[in-house]
Amino acid sequence: MDFVQNFPFMSILLSLFSGPLCSILDGKWAKRVNAIVITTIGGLSVSVLLYVVRTGQAFVYRMGHFPAPWGNEIRVGVLEAFMAAFFCVIMLLCMVSGVREREEQIEESRQNLYYVMANLLLCSLLALIYTNDLFTAYVFVEINTISACGLIMIRQTGRTIEAAIRYMIMSLLGSGLLLLGICHLYAVTGQLLMSNIREQVQLLTAGHQYHITLMVALGLMSVGLAIKSALYPFHAWLPDAYGYATLSSSAILSALVSKGYIFLLIKIFYRVVGFELVMESRVANVLFVFGIIGMIMGSVNAIRTDNLKRMIAYSSVAQIGYIYMGLGLATEAGTVASIYHVLSHAATKSLLFVAAAGLTDASRGEAHFKDITGAAYRNKLAGVAFTAGSLSMVGMPMFSGFISKLFFAQAAVGHTHKMLPTFIALAISTVLNAVYFMKTVIRIYTPVSEGTGRAVSLKEQPAKSAALVCFILLNLILGLNSDPVIRLIQNGLGMFD
Amino acid sequence: MSRKVSEEEYQKTLSCKFRQWLDGTSDPYLGKVEMRKQEPFRETEQDRAEREKDRKRLKERVYDLENNLEVRIFNRFYRVFSVLFCIFLVVMLLAAVSDLPPHGKADNPVNNEVSRRYIEKGLEETGAVNIVTGMILDYRAFDTLGESHVLFVATCTVLILLRSDKKGDKEEDENNDRLHEPKNDIILQTVAKILVPPIFIFGIYIILAGHLGPGGGFSGGAVIGAGLILYLNAFGFAKTERFFTAKTYRRMSFCALACYSIAKSYSFYTGANHMESIIPLGTPGAILSSGLILVLNICVGIVVAGTMYTFYVMFRKGNY
Repeated sequence: MDFVQNFPFMSILLSLFSGPLCSILDGKWAKRVNAIVITTIGGLSVSVLLYVVRTGQAFVYRMGHFPAPWGNEIRVGVLEAFMAAFFCVIMLLCMVSGVREREEQIEESRQNLYYVMANLLLCSLLALIYTNDLFTAYVFVEINTISACGLIMIRQTGRTIEAAIRYMIMSLLGSGLLLLGICHLYAVTGQLLMSNIREQVQLLTAGHQYHITLMVALGLMSVGLAIKSALYPFHAWLPDAYGYATLSSSAILSALVSKGYIFLLIKIFYRVVGFELVMESRVANVLFVFGIIGMIMGSVNAIRTDNLKRMIAYSSVAQIGYIYMGLGLATEAGTVASIYHVLSHAATKSLLFVAAAGLTDASRGEAHFKDITGAAYRNKLAGVAFTAGSLSMVGMPMFSGFISKLFFAQAAVGHTHKMLPTFIALAISTVLNAVYFMKTVIRIYTPVSEGTGRAVSLKEQPAKSAALVCFILLNLILGLNSDPVIRLIQNGLGMFD
Repeated sequence: MSRKVSEEEYQKTLSCKFRQWLDGTSDPYLGKVEMRKQEPFRETEQDRAEREKDRKRLKERVYDLENNLEVRIFNRFYRVFSVLFCIFLVVMLLAAVSDLPPHGKADNPVNNEVSRRYIEKGLEETGAVNIVTGMILDYRAFDTLGESHVLFVATCTVLILLRSDKKGDKEEDENNDRLHEPKNDIILQTVAKILVPPIFIFGIYIILAGHLGPGGGFSGGAVIGAGLILYLNAFGFAKTERFFTAKTYRRMSFCALACYSIAKSYSFYTGANHMESIIPLGTPGAILSSGLILVLNICVGIVVAGTMYTFYVMFRKGNY
């Protein structure tokens, strides 16, 4: 066995170990440990990615002395390694860009706990990506939920506490449904390992046994994960949580946490119940309908709000709708488009949150629309970055948002029932996106008389500026070089079987 | 009345005190237990009306019921839909349950080669007489590793939420704490003195014998945590803080979790790379047997005990 194959296990254990380690360090050292851990794991994931691309096939890694299904195991393919590397990059940029906000908004004695949460969150994301065992996935979903809750409420204001409570209630409901689904599935298959469940499910469907239980299990797991990733009617916790948490928390939550659950759902579809069963069941149709409603209602809510950060948060609801619409198409192309949109949205939404923080810095810390008028002149880079992010969200060519919209449309072509609704929803949603993002861009570029805030120069915020430039570049790379990424995703999905 | 001892000496004997207590002439608590008198919660009709009015006004201002069409519609449909939804959920789950294989039948899907190997070869492969411990700490140790970190991250979240960083007003803290808890309760202290050591020993026994019989880190840790809480209730923070503070908790749980991670990393690494593990399984049934399981049980026990105690302290006082 090649030594590289140990890297996924090492990255999970490294991030898991660094969590408790940060709890005994002080804030400054915890910050360093966190940065080193994320960078190291990013490096490890990239080498795993290169290895898997070179060998061309996925490998399983046995966790311990017992082969699965008796012991645990993790499984690494192209898509998993790519996701891990990508998440590390985004996480590092988010952590770097929010350094000053964290120091200002979090009490001195709680600084180190922030990094405990961040490290364990990273660990749970990695485990969700790599795991080949449904119950391990559930354990790490728990860690993910609790640490995300900690990240929201560590900035202690009334708003964030309330947001954290909402998040907790909704998210625990989602976890409960997921667990219920796993229990049902276990009762009829007797397995927890993804590939073994799939074999059993195929046997059961061939023999027409336990059809109701399988459908209920699939439905429960889909709804549970949909609640956790804020699909439209379950999005009530999202705007407050993203809008009022400290900068790096909002960026990480919107870019990574919900995406981890979506990735788990895709894994469940492909590797646990099998995509044929998903296509056959109506679950995909339900996700499709709610995705489309989410695309439109998220944008409508975003238009109605008068707070910049909440607007970006509501836009997340719309983008999650896109992802579920793609999954709901129940075709290979639809899933590819969804995964690409996961990447695109992760890169763009964190860019927007950081840029919005830059704009509010130049407006006396207020995020209200009337305060940020002309903010782009006071903080030039943030203005440019916000414009870039908005263009990407609206779907301008060259940016990643355009590519994902294109792929959604392509995936829908030829679909008997879903082609027309997809096109209409894409069109309406694009117009609505343009309405609220362009409105904001025009507002921040409207010159105002002096006195609404002080100018922020590049040198004042070196970390944030560097992160913004990286985010813009990442967006352009995804937008201009979409072919290799798409090939990678297709390749990875192929390895799922 | 003829007595062999003088009146003065008689006053000190146990039987005299007992008699006095029976007669109701003396109260052993008097002058010893410091306890605030707890006023029963009473509210005048006027206060209540005021409170109701306040609440109504607040609700109107927050939701703006007059002009907020959305909330009005929501309130109207909420009850109907919640009932309908619950009925739907109940029917769906009942349908699923009736479709499930009957409980306890021999040819159920869950009775397959997975559980068979756990039962038949568990002792031989893990060295643990208690198959459940063998399963959670050896076969599926990765899940349990995650699970003990769930406890840790939950404690950290409670610390974020409830820890108060005020310093210097220890007296005020003490007074606030005394509002609901009596100090120097003789009965509680005597009982605690008798009970706490056996509870600790029993907890340690449960942890150490986790691989030999029913028990293990989670249950043993919970017992020790309960003992700590009892001790705290009887003797107050001044005594417990001599040996258990937030710093102790953090260091303890770091050591335990790090030990767990490192031990398991070793066994994951050797297992995946098909190397022999140097840790012997020992004779099944002996206390030093079953490889790493004993160490892992101790780690889990430490984390669980600390977590329970920290939760209690955080909810009662906010810092320690």
